[in-house]
Amino acid sequence: MYVAQLTLPERRAALALACLVAGLGLTMAVLGRDDLLGTHGALVIACGVVVAIVVMRGFYAPSPSPERLSSYYDDPTRAGIVFAMIWAIVAMAVGDWVAWLLVSPDLTFDAAWSSFGRLRPVHTSGVIFGFGGNALIATSFYVVQRTSRARLPDQVSPWFVLLGFNLFCILAASGYLMGITQSKEYAEPEWYADIWLVIVWVAYFGLYLRTLARRKEPHIYVSNWYYLAFILVVAVLHIVNNLAVPVSLGHAKSYSAFAGVQDAMTEWWYGHNAVAFFLTSGFLGMMYYFMPKRAGRPIFSYRLSIISFWGITFMYMWAGSHHLHYTALPQWVQTLGMTFSLMLLVPSWASATNALLTLNGAWHKVRDDATLRFMMTAAVFYGLTTFEGSFMAIRPVNSLSHYTDWTIGHVHAGALGWVALITFGSLYSIVPSLWGKRAMYSPRLVEVHYWLAIAGTLVYVISMWNSGIVQGLMWRTYNDSGTLAYSFVDSLVAMHPYYVMRAVGGLLFLIGTVVGAYNIWRTMRTPALAEIGDFAEAPARAAPTLAAAE
Amino acid sequence: MAVEERDPHSGYLTTGHEWNGIKELNTPVPRPVYLFLALTALFAVVYWVLMPAWPVGRTYTKGLLGMDQRTSVTSELKQAALERSAWMKRIETEALPAIQADAGLMQRVRETGRTLFADNCAACHGREARGGPGFPDLTTSSWLWGGDPETIAETIRVGVNSAHKDSRVSQMPAFGRDKMLEPRQIEDVITYVRSLSSQPRSAPAAQVESGRDLFAANCAACHGDDAKGIGAGAPNLTDSFWLYGGDVESLRRTLTQGRQGHMPTWEARLTEAERKLLALYIVDLRRKEQP
Repeated sequence: MYVAQLTLPERRAALALACLVAGLGLTMAVLGRDDLLGTHGALVIACGVVVAIVVMRGFYAPSPSPERLSSYYDDPTRAGIVFAMIWAIVAMAVGDWVAWLLVSPDLTFDAAWSSFGRLRPVHTSGVIFGFGGNALIATSFYVVQRTSRARLPDQVSPWFVLLGFNLFCILAASGYLMGITQSKEYAEPEWYADIWLVIVWVAYFGLYLRTLARRKEPHIYVSNWYYLAFILVVAVLHIVNNLAVPVSLGHAKSYSAFAGVQDAMTEWWYGHNAVAFFLTSGFLGMMYYFMPKRAGRPIFSYRLSIISFWGITFMYMWAGSHHLHYTALPQWVQTLGMTFSLMLLVPSWASATNALLTLNGAWHKVRDDATLRFMMTAAVFYGLTTFEGSFMAIRPVNSLSHYTDWTIGHVHAGALGWVALITFGSLYSIVPSLWGKRAMYSPRLVEVHYWLAIAGTLVYVISMWNSGIVQGLMWRTYNDSGTLAYSFVDSLVAMHPYYVMRAVGGLLFLIGTVVGAYNIWRTMRTPALAEIGDFAEAPARAAPTLAAAE
Repeated sequence: MAVEERDPHSGYLTTGHEWNGIKELNTPVPRPVYLFLALTALFAVVYWVLMPAWPVGRTYTKGLLGMDQRTSVTSELKQAALERSAWMKRIETEALPAIQADAGLMQRVRETGRTLFADNCAACHGREARGGPGFPDLTTSSWLWGGDPETIAETIRVGVNSAHKDSRVSQMPAFGRDKMLEPRQIEDVITYVRSLSSQPRSAPAAQVESGRDLFAANCAACHGDDAKGIGAGAPNLTDSFWLYGGDVESLRRTLTQGRQGHMPTWEARLTEAERKLLALYIVDLRRKEQP
């Protein structure tokens, strides 16, 4: 059905691209036939062939009507939302699995693929890139068109970006299970997957700029600054941190261009800015569009958005070294990381404040509408997490919190409380209109999802705070003899109840996500507004026109 | 074009733009934002002046306080060692029996030995020091290399079948695999050995006799004529302690495939005082187990 929207030249281009990808896969399979690279080559061939078959099946369908050009192109957004929800369920399920693995380390069934070291990156990459990335790509296409009053410039490149990105995610997750990793946290995929992502990402950047260049609004809306910062900076981070030399073109393994403390610094410059520009900037773009839209209120302060945007963009760049306090990293680099992390709190809180004050005049809606409440709560968690982050970046605080579960709790306050909640809020606000429905299938289930998500996040974060602080204190407690009072195993035994609690919290959050996916699926499948005959009452049409919203 | 309107709720003007229905207010930046920006920036500048902060060519600004994480951690470690030295010196210098006789010092040993044991030994010997298959139970009276504190300290220093040049060496040959005994003969030896520790096996007396002869010819060199071991890594086979298990299946595997246990040398990992302390801790553990 999506193929029918493509023009004949676009179908040809799509087919050529799919064959090109399959050809690349064949090259990998041949060069890497004695290595795991060959297995990935076969996987790439399969993905290319599937897309080629889909395009061929619709190849001779009638050409789309030219009327399409006067509406927005939302097919890739719809597909991106579906991908995002699939990745969310898979990756959160793996996350809860590894949480139980920490409770009972014997749950690996003596298999290599099910060990903690292989499953954990499937969880982290799956939620960050699979769920977060697809949600960002889908919503960025949606937002840039509407805030620019311009249709995406063509119908092939958005598909290339979306499907190419998912191919990267599949290579990443399947590679971890086979043991392919370059051992850089959040940048585990090997060189060939990294090169592929660069190609996809440059296409994404180009597509975004081309759409903005076609805009009919005189000014670029703030959401687009954030989405653009996300796309541009992630490209820079990804390219620099993944500079590596493969063992040979026939091997999956590569060696980093950096070594020792330089490698650590590059990795955490990447790692912390991935938090900043993937998990913050992109999702702030989401928030700046969907929250005022849903609340029906103007943004509280345009000036505050400017200060926050440039504050965040400039100061985050320096903060990565706070991941390496009290290490071989020279102290002056740690000082810079710590001081910039502290200054960063101000623009971060300015963003959260701007979001919450935008709701002034719409708080009754927050009370009644779980979708808007998702976004409001996300802004609150954004504020809490950025405060906690700046606090933990202070060296003496970090000497207690570093290497403990406190860090895990902090990350999940951000990932569950901020990133996932703002995403669910945004998806719930556009899913009905994207599929031409009046509202979500069940507003009650949105409410159920909200409370499951909140409960899961709180249980998770609170158990990890307790666990982390207990752990940190046990590691530094001395007895009267002047020697350490607790062994490492003692601290593990003390963690056990908190690990059970964390796994339960994660399970609650996962159940919420499944409820959300079910609700979205049922919404897609209810009869369209046109079919039930009250088109006039529709809050938004399936294919909104480009006409200016007066 | 840009037409500002007044938001009825907040009373502020909009910027006059609209994107798909979204407008922005032109609200001035709240004063606290500037205040906190100034405060955090001021803190940063003061911190930069006091601490190592900015790179300058091949060096960096050292800061007025002259702080350096490497020197501070070195001096903290030195200070901690100094505080411990009051009793640690005595562990280092005094003879083991003298330490054992000093209740106050043994209290230090129990406190410190517990974490030292858990961090270094528990992975094999278990948190309760009760061992497991292949790893000796340290709370019993059965000792392969001797159970007095001096000998235990020496075993910790050199290890068993380790890379240390003075390592304790012990090997149970693979009588079955290396064709020194027939499978039938192995069964005979098992029957005989089990009869020594009162674990009779329903077998004809002839098998015990055959086993006795085979034992004298093959095993007695290490385990002794009376099978009580001769004190150098060959265990006593007449008691109830079994390192690899005393059931028929385990004995069959021991005799067929041989055994070569391993304990690392701790000479480079632990100081002499720490090794003495661990030996004392283990002996004390046994005393506690068997009052």
